[in-house]
Amino acid sequence: MDFTIDFTKEQIEAIENVLEEELIELGVQSIILMDLAGNVIVNLDSGETNHDVFSLAALAAGNYGAVSAMANIIGEQEFSLLFHKGEEESIHFSKVVEDLLLLTIFNKNVSLGFLRLKVAEAIKRIQLLV
Amino acid sequence: MALINPKKREVQVKIVYYGPGRGGKTTNLEYINRKFKKRILSEMVTVKTYGDRTLFFDFLPFDMGEIKGHSIKIQLYTVPGQVKYNATRRLVLRGVDGIVFVADSMDLRREMNIRSLQNLKENLESFNKNMLNLPLVMQYNKRDLSEEGIPILPVETLQKDLNSHLKAPYFPASAVSGENVTATMKKIIALTVSSLRKKLE
Ligand SMILES: Nc1nc2c(ncn2[C@@H]2O[C@H](COP(=O)(O)OP(=O)(O)OP(=O)(O)O)[C@@H](O)[C@H]2O)c(=O)[nH]1
Ligand SMILES: [Mg+2]
Repeated sequence: MDFTIDFTKEQIEAIENVLEEELIELGVQSIILMDLAGNVIVNLDSGETNHDVFSLAALAAGNYGAVSAMANIIGEQEFSLLFHKGEEESIHFSKVVEDLLLLTIFNKNVSLGFLRLKVAEAIKRIQLLV
Repeated sequence: MALINPKKREVQVKIVYYGPGRGGKTTNLEYINRKFKKRILSEMVTVKTYGDRTLFFDFLPFDMGEIKGHSIKIQLYTVPGQVKYNATRRLVLRGVDGIVFVADSMDLRREMNIRSLQNLKENLESFNKNMLNLPLVMQYNKRDLSEEGIPILPVETLQKDLNSHLKAPYFPASAVSGENVTATMKKIIALTVSSLRKKLE
């Protein structure tokens, strides 16, 4: 198994559009589409934040891998919701397809329920593009 | 495999420092982080446990400039060397483009080097990768210890134990003093980037 997914410029732009429409408009601060090697494929933000996305992606890949391995040990395929809640900012992880993760960083102005709905929408649309 | 973003014309290259526990992988990255401060735009990320051992990995992103109109982002990682952390080692190896094997020159560590290299081979095989086809550099670290009278393995012995089949470029080094740390890094970057050139054309 190898982890490279080659994207064309058109694919990247189409994915950016989806993320813009579904998530940036919802008020999400920052979105990273990444692979499980820790590579950043698409990064969008609302312009209010300036996170170190490469370090975030490296840690998120490790974190996701570790949690998936925990799921396997207790006999689960995976945990469907990965969510870290902070005072101000929270992080939500979702698998898009095998090897692709969507990381969403949002603040308390965005409700988790609504975010999950929108993330699911976005993922459905991205699955048709990759 | 490196990730190429045709829109931003950016390539992300993943290089992993592998080797037995306490061999000096983290010390290599710390030296690079100090020496190239200007080209490193973010903080080094380290996930450490009690006693400074790497629990998950260290991560150091590094801007390399442009090749064929693409900006090259080198991502240096270390694995945790302790035997018990194999599951996390495998996670870090995902999508690796090039490897530095940091061997410990101390006499006492001879077996551990050999076992760690074997472990690398097995982990790569679990991703259907063959060590012979992957850019690899050997580093024989802690050469400085001989000056303190601590017995170290001759380079010939390390070569015979670890590199007789692989025939990778190798460097005797000292990660604490920085000797050949940059040379090791430059070599692995050169090998890895040249293996990518074709893809960028
Ligand atoms: N004398 C000497 N000591 C070194 C050298 N390189 C590393 N050390 C020391 O060896 C110890 C372990 O170094 P680390 O860089 O933490 O080793 P590591 O390979 O990252 O170890 P793990 O994270 O457990 O896999 C530290 O005390 C270092 O100071 C070297 O070239 N010479
Ligand atoms: Mg370490």
